[in-house]
Amino acid sequence: MLLTAALFAPLAGAVLVAAVPASRPALVRWLALAASLVALALAVALAVRFRAGEAGFQLGTAADWVPSFGVRYRVGVDGVSLPLVLLTTVLAPLAIAGSWRSADRPRGYLALLLVLETAMLGVFVSLDLFLFYVFWEAVLVPAYFLIGSYGGQRRVYAAVKFFVYTLLGGLLMLVGIIALFYLHQKATGTPSFDYDALRDLDKAPTTQRWLFAAFFAAFAIKTPVWPFHTWLPDAYTEAPTTTTVLLAGVMSKLGVYGFLRFSLPLFPDAARDLQPLLLTLAVIGILYCALVAAVQRDFKTLVAYSSVSHLGFIVLGVFALNVQGLQGGVFYMVAHGLLIGGLFFVTGMLEERRGTRRIDDFGGLQQSAPRMAGVMLVITLGAVALPGLVGFVGEFLTLLGAFLANRAFAVLAAVGVILGAVYLLWAYQRMWHGALEREENRAVGDLTGREWAILAPLVAAIVVLGLFPQPLLERVEPSAERVVEHTRQTSP
Amino acid sequence: MHLLAQAAEPIPVPRVDWRAIAPELALATAGAVLLLVVAFRPGARRGLLAGLTLAGLAVAAGLTAWNWDLARVAFDGAVSLDGITRYARLVLLAVGALATLMAAQDGGRGDPEEEAPPEVFPLLLFALTGMVLLAAASDLLVVFIALEILSLSLYVMAGATRRMAAQEAAMKYFLLGAFSSAFLLYGIALCYGATGTTNLLGIARASVDPTGDGTLLLAGIGLLAVGFCFKVAAVPFHMWTPDVYQGAPTPVTAFMAAGTKAAGFAVFLRVFAGALGGMVVSWRPVIAAVAVVTMLVGAALAVVQSDLKRMLAYSSISHAGYLLVGLAAAATVPAGVSASMFYLLAYAFMVMGAFMVVQYASRLGPPDPEPGGSGERSNLDDYRGFARRHPWVGALLAVFMLALTGIPPLSGFWAKYYVFLAGINAGLTWLVVVAVISSVISAFFYLRVLVVAYLQEPVGDTEPVAGRAPALGVALGLAGVLTIAIGLAPEVLVTAARTAERILG
Repeated sequence: MLLTAALFAPLAGAVLVAAVPASRPALVRWLALAASLVALALAVALAVRFRAGEAGFQLGTAADWVPSFGVRYRVGVDGVSLPLVLLTTVLAPLAIAGSWRSADRPRGYLALLLVLETAMLGVFVSLDLFLFYVFWEAVLVPAYFLIGSYGGQRRVYAAVKFFVYTLLGGLLMLVGIIALFYLHQKATGTPSFDYDALRDLDKAPTTQRWLFAAFFAAFAIKTPVWPFHTWLPDAYTEAPTTTTVLLAGVMSKLGVYGFLRFSLPLFPDAARDLQPLLLTLAVIGILYCALVAAVQRDFKTLVAYSSVSHLGFIVLGVFALNVQGLQGGVFYMVAHGLLIGGLFFVTGMLEERRGTRRIDDFGGLQQSAPRMAGVMLVITLGAVALPGLVGFVGEFLTLLGAFLANRAFAVLAAVGVILGAVYLLWAYQRMWHGALEREENRAVGDLTGREWAILAPLVAAIVVLGLFPQPLLERVEPSAERVVEHTRQTSP
Repeated sequence: MHLLAQAAEPIPVPRVDWRAIAPELALATAGAVLLLVVAFRPGARRGLLAGLTLAGLAVAAGLTAWNWDLARVAFDGAVSLDGITRYARLVLLAVGALATLMAAQDGGRGDPEEEAPPEVFPLLLFALTGMVLLAAASDLLVVFIALEILSLSLYVMAGATRRMAAQEAAMKYFLLGAFSSAFLLYGIALCYGATGTTNLLGIARASVDPTGDGTLLLAGIGLLAVGFCFKVAAVPFHMWTPDVYQGAPTPVTAFMAAGTKAAGFAVFLRVFAGALGGMVVSWRPVIAAVAVVTMLVGAALAVVQSDLKRMLAYSSISHAGYLLVGLAAAATVPAGVSASMFYLLAYAFMVMGAFMVVQYASRLGPPDPEPGGSGERSNLDDYRGFARRHPWVGALLAVFMLALTGIPPLSGFWAKYYVFLAGINAGLTWLVVVAVISSVISAFFYLRVLVVAYLQEPVGDTEPVAGRAPALGVALGLAGVLTIAIGLAPEVLVTAARTAERILG
């Protein structure tokens, strides 16, 4: 029940927010913030009650939804999904706080953010494949309106591209889900979309490949895995910054989570066979997007490409198919959410002050906004994986996993680490160091109290998780081991 | 002498089973009463006429409920009461009620040219009688009669307003409709020639009889399929749809889109999946091919439309394609029947809802200056920033468009899912893949409506004004709530549809 409450708290908040008259924006903001904080509190309670040593699903609920189709409402968390639930519930109130000043129809905006939160949480906790699909597609609708209705100049193009691209992947996955359901019904006679039941079903290797491909379409587009990333720079750049925080921080994890939760345990033979292909795509993504990021003039686009490049490490870790890689992948998902979220938040704050995102328009900001520069430095160093910060743990473990799986990929990916350091630090240097040449940059104010409230929790998490990763890793480990166990199974 | 002796024998009269056709009788009676009211009280208010129509529908609904558990063949097999019949009655009566509410709403601009005359209410009831009877018909002659009852009423309804566009639509619909009726009749004749009966049960028996005339029957089936495809607007017999949907007054278009499709597919299912189920190998490839072109052509042409009604017409063609997937599956997989019936129900509310939004928008602002125009605001440009000025109706528009796209958890999603499931169960996975591709194409044009309504700035500074629209408001609310509610809790209606799987007669 606790999990269900956490899942639907933001949605209930969205309904309340929508019911408030548009003439009372202050009430709308506080209500939205309160709803997201309730969800956070419930998620924290969930984490407290979570039993660390167990590999299976906990704290779940199950009920019939559409018995005729064998569709059930079944939710639960394990060591893989719990950190992502926490990440989502942490980033959502920050995103709401981040859009506090935005005057553009706040009621609709905040209601959509809350709907997006529920939909994304639903993806992480669904243990019925159909329910999972419903949440998966439900993510599209608020995201579409957030990008398309509140975004920048080319927002309509970006929103439609995003929607149609991801819908295509989703529908192919639906065909895969139906096929799985059909196979299960043929084998056992009972209609079911239950995760455990479908996972334990024996599938011939050829069948597995087809099904893997259907699920791959959805996950690879959503993550995105190179070369399916072309929607992303448009969507991230055009979306309002606080939406981008949720898109990059949480939505990008949906695809990787899908690989981890579904592709590997459900289709182990196919996953093992296609491992080299996936690792290759991940490495290409890391290197290619790092190079593209390096030449961007718009800092937001730079961060967008850097996000895809870093996601490559997560894919690398997941498809290393060993405990280190998977554990690192999950840890890096959390780290990536915090770091990319932080980078986009600061981008948004700068844009609010200066009305531009071009790297060349800045320079010497350290002098006018020293505290902001300090915070940004921590986040940037975290993103380039400085030891002692959160990014390092994730990057190290994923690379370790990849190294154990196949050295060549680990070596190539490590080049990506260097490139990441180059372009992020170079951008930092151009924006924050040097002389204050432009008059406008002198007037850039330092962090306000509200901005501190947003960035302080992120920075704290980046440092604390970087220094003490063990409590989180401990909780991930049993579940990661279980996934590896399932991945090693061969079909008869 | 021989002939005379035969003539002297009394023609066998089937036992009259009043209860079996009670809802149809109620609808026809209500139609006749309304016709008299309109004739003798020409000044009667629309509200009164609409109220009487709704009362007639309520009686028919009550009788449908009374007959719910009745499963029998009446009138010597001319009418059958089975799951299809009662589910179709449910859908059609709901469609009739929503269409009545739409027709009850005035134009809001006080222009009598744009308003449908009071005769539209009795015509609606007669058309509904035909539709309900069509769904229950299990004799090809009854099929033809029912089809004519509904078609003749609809021809007149399509031209109900005095606008040129409506007149033109009615003419086109009549000419092409008459053409398709001829095909159907010819098909019935050939079937009779091949099997010696027009009764579906008899045809079913004859169709699996190896000594019968297979070629003649096949030709008859082909012509029947052409006739039905015309009615449900399947490619390549869809040419009338865009023009008629665009030209006809919006309440009539909505009624046609939901009602004709439901009745047409009900009879399509009964004849093909039921009576001709034994010949599935012969007709399935054809139906599957028609489904493919219908889905793809409908979706592809909808993408390039700039008029909302026209776009919805092409989208309805593409939805006919999904229903044909259900039909193709239905002969071997019973779920195909229930999936199609459930689809018709879900589709009725979403498509009518979409047309209601068109009607709502048409009441705003000055009338269309174009002399040949429809007097309606259905050009996509009229919807710029629509959702900003009308947040609630805009939200409903979003619900209908997303449901038509098939986004969960709205009704259209389950409908599509159920049909896809039936298709895969019937081994038609390739057809389902085509349906998926068509769904993605269709996302473009449904989204385009939302792009215009939500993402573009409104034109003009002033808020267009219109009088209150209580009847339309109720209809919109109902369609919206049902689209969402069926999406959240489809179980009851799916279970009900499951009982439609056994086809009688």
